[in-house]
Amino acid sequence: MTVESTAARKPRRSAGGKAGTKRTTRNTAQDTDPELVQLLTPEGERVKNAEYDQYVAGITPEELRGLYRDMVLTRRFDAEATSLQRQGELGLWASLLGQEAAQIGSGRATREDDYVFPTYREHGVAWCRGVDPTNLLGMFRGVNNGGWDPNSNNFQLYTIVIGSQTLHATGYAMGVAKDGADSAVIAYFGDGASSQGDVAESFTFSAVYNAPVVFFCQNNQWAISEPTEKQTRVPLYQRARGYGFPGVRVDGNDVLACLAVTKWALERARSGEGPTLVEAYTYRMGAHTTSDDPTRYRHDDERAAWEAKDPILRLRRYLEAANHADEGFFAELEAESEALGRRVREAVRAMPDPDRFAIFENVYADGHALVDEERAQFAAYQASFADVEGV
Amino acid sequence: MAEKMALAKAINESLRRALEADPKVLIMGEDVGKLGGVFRVTDGLQKDFGESRVIDTPLAESGIVGTAIGLALRGYRPVVEIQFDGFVFPAYDQIVTQLAKMHARSLGKVKLPVVVRIPYGGGIGAVEHHSESPEALFAHVAGLKIVSPSNASDAYWMMQQAIQSDDPVIFFEPKRRYWDKGEVSTEAIPGPLHKAQVTREGTDLTLAAYGPVVKLCHEVAEAAAEEGKSLEVLDLRSVSPLDFDSIQASVEKTRRLVVVHEAPVFFGSGAEIAARITERCFYHLEAPVLRVGGYHAPYPPARLEEEYLPGLDRVLDAVDRSLAY
Ligand SMILES: Cc1ncc(C[n+]2csc(CCOP(=O)(O)OP(=O)(O)O)c2C)c(N)n1
Repeated sequence: MTVESTAARKPRRSAGGKAGTKRTTRNTAQDTDPELVQLLTPEGERVKNAEYDQYVAGITPEELRGLYRDMVLTRRFDAEATSLQRQGELGLWASLLGQEAAQIGSGRATREDDYVFPTYREHGVAWCRGVDPTNLLGMFRGVNNGGWDPNSNNFQLYTIVIGSQTLHATGYAMGVAKDGADSAVIAYFGDGASSQGDVAESFTFSAVYNAPVVFFCQNNQWAISEPTEKQTRVPLYQRARGYGFPGVRVDGNDVLACLAVTKWALERARSGEGPTLVEAYTYRMGAHTTSDDPTRYRHDDERAAWEAKDPILRLRRYLEAANHADEGFFAELEAESEALGRRVREAVRAMPDPDRFAIFENVYADGHALVDEERAQFAAYQASFADVEGV
Repeated sequence: MAEKMALAKAINESLRRALEADPKVLIMGEDVGKLGGVFRVTDGLQKDFGESRVIDTPLAESGIVGTAIGLALRGYRPVVEIQFDGFVFPAYDQIVTQLAKMHARSLGKVKLPVVVRIPYGGGIGAVEHHSESPEALFAHVAGLKIVSPSNASDAYWMMQQAIQSDDPVIFFEPKRRYWDKGEVSTEAIPGPLHKAQVTREGTDLTLAAYGPVVKLCHEVAEAAAEEGKSLEVLDLRSVSPLDFDSIQASVEKTRRLVVVHEAPVFFGSGAEIAARITERCFYHLEAPVLRVGGYHAPYPPARLEEEYLPGLDRVLDAVDRSLAY
C-alpha cells in the first residue's frame, strides 16, 4: 500500500478547507454547538448556563464596564502597534484582533499570585497582569529579546518557539504544589501549537503530577496558513480526556464565558484537582503577523462571518440593553483610548536603540572568560573607528 | 536554457524539476502548500502536484523529520522544510539520533535520502530564533551532509544533487540572499556537490566562506583591490564534508587564510578549517588562520545585528591583520 492510497482513504469532512470552499458553514454550526459554553450571544443577550453562571454571578455593572474597557483599550493598543509597524517603527507585529474576549476574560480570571506563561500574541493578558503595554513592543521593535522582568507581574516573557512554554508552566505549577501554595498557573498556546510534542508532554506531566495548571488554547482557526483541520481530527478540548483531565470548549468571543470558565479551571487547580484544558473557540481577524498575507489562503467572507460575533460589540450590546453604561462612559473611554494610542506611539518613537555592548551583557549570570575577551576585542575595534571619526 | 532568477525561485524551480522527475519525491513542512512557504520557496507546487506530494504538516518539527524518516524507509525521498533556523531544535533529536545514524546501524542496508531545508542566518531584521546559523551543531554529527549555496545557480543544482543523494542532507538556505538574482542554466552539468569553488582569483590572501557571506567576501575583495591587494574568494558550498583540498590549494598559492561565517566563531566551522589547514599548510602559511563570525552571545535583537554580523569593515580588519604578519 502506498502513501497515496492511504491519503485517498482518509475521511473527508464536508467542511474541510478545500480551495474555494466557504468555511462559514462550519463557523455558524459552532454557535449552536451544545458543547460550546456561552453566556452572551453575539446579539448581546445573556443566556443561562447551569454550570458556569455561578462564576460570574456576583459580577457588578462596574466590573462589566471594566471588562469592556479592557477589551477596547487592548484593541486600541493593538491597532496602534499595527500602524507603528506600517510606519517602520516596529519590525513586526502579531495582532490579537478578534481575540480580546478570550484574553481579557481569562486574564481577569487570574489572581495576583497566579503565574502566566504566554506565547507571543497575549497582549490582552499582559494588560490584565498590569504589564505596561510599551514593554511588549521592545522585542517587536528589535531593541531587546524580551525586555521585562517576568516576576514583577507574574507574567513570563513571550515565547516564540511554539509550545515550549507549556512545559515551563507545568514545571512551575509542580513547584507551586510542592510549596503547598494555593496559587495556579495558566499557559497560553494556539491550535497550531497543540501539535507540538512539548504540548503533549506538558499534558502528560501535568496529569501525572496533578499540577495546578490551566492550559488555555486560543483556537483562532489558523496557524499561519494552516486551518485547525491540519492539526487535529477531534475538537481540541476533547484531547484532555485521553490524558485524564477535563477539557472545555468556551466561546472565545464571549468575555463573560471566558471569565467564568477560566475561573472554574483556576479554582480546580487551586483546590488540588489538577490540570484543565480550556479551548477558547475564536478567530484571528487579521494576518498572522504583519509579514503574513492571509489573502493567499483564506476568504474574506470567513472574516465577515466572524465580524458578526465581535467580542466588543457583543458586550456593548449587553451593557446598553441592561442600562449598565451610558453615552458618557463610551465617550470617556473613546478619549482614554486615544490617549493610550498617543502614549504608545510616543513611547515607541522615543525608545532608544540599545547600546552596542548590550550584545555581551547577561550572556551568563556568573560571567565567562571568552565573553570578556570578545567584549574587549569589540571595544578596541570600535575605538579604532572613533579615532578615524574624530579626525 | 539560462535564465536570471532569484535564489528562492531557483530552489522552487529545482524542487519542481525533482517532483516532475521522480514520483517518490515529496515536499513536507509548515505552510508549504497554499501559502507556498513563508518565503514562497514552494510557491505553486501544491497547486501543480497536489496535496499528496506537497504536504502541509501539523506544527511539529519532530513529527516532520520523524515521519520523513519513515517515508524514506518506505522508498520516498522527502524534502522537508523547517520554517526558520531557530525552529529546527524540536527536530534535532530525530535528526541527530535517528536520521544521522540509521544507515550505519543497519550495516548499510537502509538509506535515508531525506533533505532538510533550513532558511538560516541573519540580516533580515527579524525577532529572535529567526536569524541563527546552527550549521556547526549538525556538522559535528557523523552521518549528516551539510551544504549551503551562496547563489541562484548553486541553489538550483545543489538542491538537485541533495535530493539525488542517498544520504541525509541538511540544506542551509541563506535567507537574506533569497531575493538576490543570478544566472541559472538548467542544462549545464554541475560540479560535485561537496566541492568548493574559487569564485574570484587572487594572490595575496584567501577568503573562505559559504552561504550568505560569500557575497560579502566579494565586496571585501573588491574594496581590498582598490588598495592594491589581491584577494581570492573560495565559496566552500559544503560544510560537511569540507573540501580541504581546494582550501589547501588556494592557501598554498596565497599563504594566508581568513574564514568568514555568520555563526559564532567559538567551536564554529572556522575552527575546524583553521586547525586542519594549519596541519596541512604549516610551512606555507605566513600568518595564522583568522576567523570572522558571530560572538559567544545569543543572536542579538534586530537593532544590534549589524554589530554582531561580520560586515565589510570587520573582514577587512582581519585581512589587514593577516597581511601584517
Ligand atoms: C517550533 C516552531 N515552529 C515553527 C514556528 C513558526 N511559527 C510561528 S507562529 C506559527 C503558527 C502558530 O499557530 P498557532 O499555534 O495556532 O498560534 P496563533 O499564531 O494562531 O496564535 C508558526 C508555524 C515557531 N515559532 N516555532
